[in-house]
Amino acid sequence: MSDDHPQMSTTEAIGAAATGGVAEVCGHAAAGDEPGRLLLELDGVAAGYDQALALRDVGFRAHAGERIAILGPNGGGKTTLFRVVLGELAVREGRLALHDEVAVVPQTERSRLDFPVSALDVVLMGTIAHRPWWRGAGREERAKARAALRAVGLEDRADAGFGALSGGQRQRVLVARALVRDSRILLFDEPFTGLDTASSERLQQLIDELAAAGHVLLIATHDVGQARGWDRVLCLNGRQVAFGDPAATLTADTLQATYGHDLLRLGDGDAVAVICDHRHG
Amino acid sequence: MSGVLSNVVLDPFAQGIMQRALVEIVLLGIAGGLLGCWIVFHRLSYSAEALPHAMFPGLVGAALIGAPLVLGGAVGLLVAALAISAAARIPTIDRDTSISVVFTSMFGLGVLLALSPDSPPGVQELLFGDVLGLTAGDVATAAGLTAVVLIALRVLHPRLLATAFDRDAARTLGVRPGLVDLLLVTLIAVATLICVQALGNLFVAATLVAPAAGARLFGRGVPTTMAIACGIAIACGIAGLYLSYYAHTATGASIAGVTVAVYVVLAGAARLAALRDRPLPAR
Repeated sequence: MSDDHPQMSTTEAIGAAATGGVAEVCGHAAAGDEPGRLLLELDGVAAGYDQALALRDVGFRAHAGERIAILGPNGGGKTTLFRVVLGELAVREGRLALHDEVAVVPQTERSRLDFPVSALDVVLMGTIAHRPWWRGAGREERAKARAALRAVGLEDRADAGFGALSGGQRQRVLVARALVRDSRILLFDEPFTGLDTASSERLQQLIDELAAAGHVLLIATHDVGQARGWDRVLCLNGRQVAFGDPAATLTADTLQATYGHDLLRLGDGDAVAVICDHRHG
Repeated sequence: MSGVLSNVVLDPFAQGIMQRALVEIVLLGIAGGLLGCWIVFHRLSYSAEALPHAMFPGLVGAALIGAPLVLGGAVGLLVAALAISAAARIPTIDRDTSISVVFTSMFGLGVLLALSPDSPPGVQELLFGDVLGLTAGDVATAAGLTAVVLIALRVLHPRLLATAFDRDAARTLGVRPGLVDLLLVTLIAVATLICVQALGNLFVAATLVAPAAGARLFGRGVPTTMAIACGIAIACGIAGLYLSYYAHTATGASIAGVTVAVYVVLAGAARLAALRDRPLPAR
C-alpha cells in the first residue's frame, strides 16, 4: 500500500488533473519558522461537486502566526474550501499554492466514542503518513505523540480511553494528532461546537499558543464574536464575500451578504445574530 | 475422583483425529478472534456472514473439479461482485436488495451442487464442515493461512485502527479507506477458507463474529478485546469438541452453538452490569 504523504501527493496530482486550475506544493518549512512567512495562497480558486461549482472566486494569502476565522452559512463553502486545501477536491479554476503540509482537526462528534482506543492511540494515527507502510509506531513515534499530548496539556491522560475524555479534551487530542504531523497549516472544523465555557477557553488558549508558535490556523466557525478576536476573517457564501482584518471586515452589510436570511440584525448598529445548525457544505 | 476427571478431560484427545481437531480449533480461534475484532469494529458482521455464502458455489465447483479451494472461492466472489454490480444498475432494485438476492442465490446454487446425488463424498463437508476428518496436510494449510492473516493484520493494524475510528479523517492522515476495506474483505475470504473445511460454510460467521462481539462488550482496549476474543473462540471451540465427543452431535454445529450461547450469556451479563451501574432516578 503506498501511503506517501497524502496532501503533497494528492495536491500535486490535482495540479496535473485540474481543469484549468492549478495546485502547487512548494518548499517545506522547518519547525520554528519566522512569524509572517507565507504558508498558503489561493488566487481565484473555484471548486465543486459533479458539474456544479460550490465555491468560486476565493483568493487570499495566509501567513505563519495568523488565526483566520472562516464564516459562512451552512452550504456556504467552508467544508469545500477545506477539502480543496486538503487536496480531496480538485481546483477547477484559479491557483492554490501550499508552502507547507496541511493537517485537519475534525469535529470530535465524527469520531467513534465507543471505539476502544486511548488518547495516545489517536495521536499515533497522525504518524501513519510519515513511516513506511509495513512498520508500526516505534519508540520515536511514541515519544513524539507524547510530546504532542504534552503540548496540548494532556500528557497525563495519554492512556485514557478517547471516549472517556470530555469534549474539550477530545478536541485537544485531535489537535495533538495534527501537531504530530509537523504541519504548519492547520484546519479546524468548528472546534468549539458542543464545548462548555471552560473547555472553550482552554481551546482558545491553545489556538493562541499554536499561532504564536508559527502555525497558520484556518478555523471554520459560526461565532462572529469570536472571529472578531482573531487576526483575519474570511467570509464565504458560495464565493468569497470578504477577507481581511475583522474590525474592518465584519460590518453588518458584509455579514448580511455572507449569511443572507440566516442573519438577524439586532437594533440599528452592527449587532447581529447568526442562526445556524451544524450541517456541512 | 481426580483420575475420573482426568480421563473425562484427556480421553477424547488420545486419538490423532481429535489432536488435529484441537490444533485446528486453536488456529481458527486465533485467526477468527483477531480478524473478528476488526469485522466488529468496522461493522462488517453482515459481510462476514454473507461473504462465505457468496464464495460457496466457487468452493464446491473447485472441489468437484479438483482445483484449489482458494481459486474457487475467488471465482465465487468475483461472480457475486459482478452480479451485485449488474443488479444495482436496475433502477427498481435498491442496493440492499441486490446484495441479499445475489448472496442467497449464490448460496442456493452452492447447496444445490454440494447436495447433488452425483457429488463425490466430501463435497458436502464444505457446507457442514468436518473438523474430525482433517489430515495433517489440512492442518498445515490452515496454519499457513493463519500465519498470512496474522502478518497482514499486524501490518494493517494502524490503518485498520484509523479507518474504524473516523473514516473521513483517516483519508487526511494518509490512509486509503477503500483499500483498507478491500484488504479486510480479502482477509475475511482467507479466514473463510481456513474455517470452511473444519466448521463448514454455514458456521463460519459464528466463529468470525460471535467471539469478537462478546469480547467487544468487555474489552477496554483493542489488544485486550483481541485477547478476550481469541480466548472465547478457543474455549468455545474446545467446549464444542467435548460436546460433540460426548453427546455425539455434529462437531461444527456444536462449536457454533456453544460460541453463540456464550455470546448470549456475555451480552446478558453486560446488560445486567449496565443496569447495575446506571444511577438511580432522583426521588
